[in-house]
Amino acid sequence: MSLLRVENLSIRFGGIKAVDEVGFEVNQGEVFTIIGPNGAGKTTIFNLLSRIYPPTSGRMLFRDTELTRVAPHRVAGLGIARTFQNIELFEHATVLDNLLIGRHCHRRSNLVSDLLFLPGVQRAERANREAVEKVIDLLDLAHYRETRVAGLPYGVRKVVELGRALAVQPKLLLLDEPSSGLNTEETDDMAWWIRDIREQLGITVLMIEHDMNLVGRVSDRVLAVNYGRVIASGTPAEVQRHPEVIEAYLG
Amino acid sequence: MRFIFKTTYDQDIRLVKHGGQAFWYGLLGLALAAAPLLPEYYLSQLTFVCIYALVGVGLMLLTGYTGQISLGHAAFLAVGAYTEAVLQAKGVPLGVSLITAAALAGLAGIVIGLPALRLTGIYLAIATIAFGFIVQEVVTRWESVTRGNSGITLKPIAVAGFALDQEWQLYYLALGLLVLVMLGILNLLRAPTGRAFVAIRDSEISAQSMGINLARTKTAAFALSAAITGLAGALYAHKLVFVSPEQFNILLSIELAMMIFIGGIGSLHGAVYGAIFLIALPQLIAVAKDYLPAAIGHQTGLEPTVFGLIMVLVILFEPLGIYGRWLKVRHYLETFPLYKKDSFRRQKTFMKSERVR
Repeated sequence: MSLLRVENLSIRFGGIKAVDEVGFEVNQGEVFTIIGPNGAGKTTIFNLLSRIYPPTSGRMLFRDTELTRVAPHRVAGLGIARTFQNIELFEHATVLDNLLIGRHCHRRSNLVSDLLFLPGVQRAERANREAVEKVIDLLDLAHYRETRVAGLPYGVRKVVELGRALAVQPKLLLLDEPSSGLNTEETDDMAWWIRDIREQLGITVLMIEHDMNLVGRVSDRVLAVNYGRVIASGTPAEVQRHPEVIEAYLG
Repeated sequence: MRFIFKTTYDQDIRLVKHGGQAFWYGLLGLALAAAPLLPEYYLSQLTFVCIYALVGVGLMLLTGYTGQISLGHAAFLAVGAYTEAVLQAKGVPLGVSLITAAALAGLAGIVIGLPALRLTGIYLAIATIAFGFIVQEVVTRWESVTRGNSGITLKPIAVAGFALDQEWQLYYLALGLLVLVMLGILNLLRAPTGRAFVAIRDSEISAQSMGINLARTKTAAFALSAAITGLAGALYAHKLVFVSPEQFNILLSIELAMMIFIGGIGSLHGAVYGAIFLIALPQLIAVAKDYLPAAIGHQTGLEPTVFGLIMVLVILFEPLGIYGRWLKVRHYLETFPLYKKDSFRRQKTFMKSERVR
């Protein structure tokens, strides 16, 4: 069953076709990876999915909802959470607060009930906290709970960002280069977490990744793009053997 | 050092985190309640501190927590002050006029908040300065209501026929409103709205992808900040007894912005410390004048010079202002023999990131 279906997706920036007629399907419960050389348009696909850019043409169907008709801030509420390639955390807030912001799309309160901190808001806060603690347990972040993000090492920030996306309790998780900047050990942890996320939490993962070792370990299917076009798709091994992919990487 | 053993999530949600806080804030509360025992002059200064702190809280919410700079807050103060002056002259009861002052200023906040959705940083600062000029000009020209440059003199506050013309009565009113507003803002900051404000300050792009409606949240921040400032404006009008357009000039706006930067950006304590600083400094300068050589002491523009100098020093050496300094002193005392010189050393970050705008 397909959770996300992208058809003929294109975007132009002036004369540049950053994404050109890209189409793929992500099935419920799989780990789907997009690979490609730098500047191939991978992150642009993510930015299209999270509605940061409006596509020039094409369709993006998420469980029968046409994403092009959804406002950017409603995407999380539909069940799509994402991380960013260069880490976009809330630097001057604690790890706990960062994770709690992930709960924002589940809020029922408004400005007035928040000002008065009505019993309903208090109950919601406790529930939010419980949901966030589960993420903290899963990702081993208990040690950093009260630390401000600004003082954290890069590897931990990466995990916090993953945690924030998980706090959304999404159906589809978009990971933009989860292993970039991580050492081998941290990458190893990341691979385990991605498996846990899929198997224990039942979240479908769509990721962009360069580390072919990680890609081979966790992904079910791989899509290779270059110059905004799909050049190959299939299992990791198939794609790695594909002549055009070898061509694109080795020039 | 204090270590808090946490057994429930409520301990993090609660406003009073431990017994020490309850004790010290209780003591502060008692001291403030007993303040009318002070000589009238000091009490009057304390009333000013409460009013400025109220503005500080409003501005802190916008600049310190939501990251939207405003150099036009005197305009909201003017809207509040004039609403109060005009309504009082028409015989509207105090409660109603205060709420109207806050509501009208809040509406003005929405008006300036709308362009703010598209402007950031210095451009927003310029837009808010322009807004300040516009309001000042409107107040000057709209003579049928505001009586232009001749200004409006306010009568003493009266509630249900009883005149509240003593200084301590106004002091309690200002203090009470300050405490109420601060409690509201503290509530807000531990609830989703407050977190959304902070999220917008730190990264708009990821705030949006976490489901925060940028337009609505920013507008809410502007409206709330302006409403609090409008409320302070109404009190300001009563405190000064007389309102005229030139009181609400750009210098006041800049002074207000300086207040929260010197007090400590990003904390409610900072708003109060900044207000105390703003009121105390001119007094200290006046005292110091007697001891300074005449060439310096009688120089015109001594006060702005000192203000500017302090501002520069704060930005260079203590970006978190008086509150930041206090945190360091407290840390020093808490860890007394173990304090390390590098505990608060500022670290340079070498990570560079391309942000999606």
